[in-house]
Amino acid sequence: MTYVPLTPLDLVLAAALLIINGTISWLFSLKLEKSLAVAAVRMVLQLALIGLVLKFIFAQTSPVWTAMLGLVMVVAAGVEVVSRQHRRMSGWATLGFSTATLLFIGMTVTCLGVGVIIGPEPWYAPRYILPILGMVLGNTMTAISLVLDTFSEAANRERGAIEARLALGARRFEATSNVLNVALRTGMMPILNSMATTGIVALPGMMTGQILAGVGPIEAAKYQVLIMFLIASATALGSFFGGLGAVLLLTDTRHRLRLDRITAHE
Amino acid sequence: MLRIEHLRVGDLPPLSFEVADGECLAVEGPSGAGKTRLLRAIADLDPVMGQVFLDGAERNEMTAWEWRTKVRYCAAEPAWWSETPRDAFLAEADRERLSRLLHGLGLEMDMLDRPVALLSTGERQRLALARALIDEPHVLLLDEPTAALDAETAALVEERIKYHVLSGRSIVLVSHDHGQIERLAHTRLLLPGAGAAGERAA
Repeated sequence: MTYVPLTPLDLVLAAALLIINGTISWLFSLKLEKSLAVAAVRMVLQLALIGLVLKFIFAQTSPVWTAMLGLVMVVAAGVEVVSRQHRRMSGWATLGFSTATLLFIGMTVTCLGVGVIIGPEPWYAPRYILPILGMVLGNTMTAISLVLDTFSEAANRERGAIEARLALGARRFEATSNVLNVALRTGMMPILNSMATTGIVALPGMMTGQILAGVGPIEAAKYQVLIMFLIASATALGSFFGGLGAVLLLTDTRHRLRLDRITAHE
Repeated sequence: MLRIEHLRVGDLPPLSFEVADGECLAVEGPSGAGKTRLLRAIADLDPVMGQVFLDGAERNEMTAWEWRTKVRYCAAEPAWWSETPRDAFLAEADRERLSRLLHGLGLEMDMLDRPVALLSTGERQRLALARALIDEPHVLLLDEPTAALDAETAALVEERIKYHVLSGRSIVLVSHDHGQIERLAHTRLLLPGAGAAGERAA
């Protein structure tokens, strides 16, 4: 395995490319210079920080440290689900339920993928667990927020139809079934699309990374296939729980549609 | 008998009243007084304070869907959730009875299989009334049931409402048509305007 390490000078050269962004912003008075600088600095600091944290955790190879970082990732993903909602359903309930869902899916899918299928030694090796958990969480998070957003949007639009069904004696899952179907489809589409096109337009990030690190393309492709299947199951679970949560958050035990629990945001 | 006790609807003072079997109660009041909200509250579609009883049983003693099967709200602007109105009618509904109900409202059986979008506003409104009546709820909460209808079809709807009441069930009617209230209602409930009920210092 061979790879070329990067020197600080290499990164300075790469950073110089941002002059292009700055120039375009200046030419067209886009006023993006400040945001550009902030974003670039944040990116460098965040990646340097996570690099240091991972270096420390990889050196420990301790299940406790691995679990702690994993938990931080889960909570961060839960917060992201809430902040991505265009129309928010009571923030704390959404946060609690999406964090619990992410924890459950992240744990089961990652443990299945790493512990059972890949089987590194030891099975909790953070070098395997954490990157795969990250990919699983990122995609599950997107699925949950898509389902929640689509559901609340569609429930708002279809309010009359949902309440007509309730008035006729339907229960809440029956009355919201059309809306729930739309939301579940929306949550499960991205992974279907990306499975269908992966490798044609661009090589997936993880595969690229492995190839750059000197892993053979076939080995890298096998890992990518594994991760895609893991993500597919995780997003399906995420959509399911997201849909379940959306119905429970937007209806009550008297089977009323509770759109008053949504507060439009931004 | 439908009994309402201390129901809090919007800014209105708590409402208490009864609607006997075989009675039609008209709810009157200016726009924005809370007539629709009152009907929705009785059907348990909005969470409000207060109690509602049907024949002595409080609604929280039964499931929400049992309640709404007995005490049914029929919105002023009916909404549909599938291509054709057919899905809104219970599959096990007796064909004979369904056909009689539709004919009584000036509708045809084959309208059930037409795309909802191709039906006229009046046809949709009467179909919505039919779907609300098909399993004969004890109390029907009607919100402007003839607003989209011409005089002739409105008369058919009024006949059907009278039949419902004559068969010993009840109606709570919201209507802007004073003649209609005159013809159908036995008793009236006047909701004060928003100004009178809840005027507050700005």
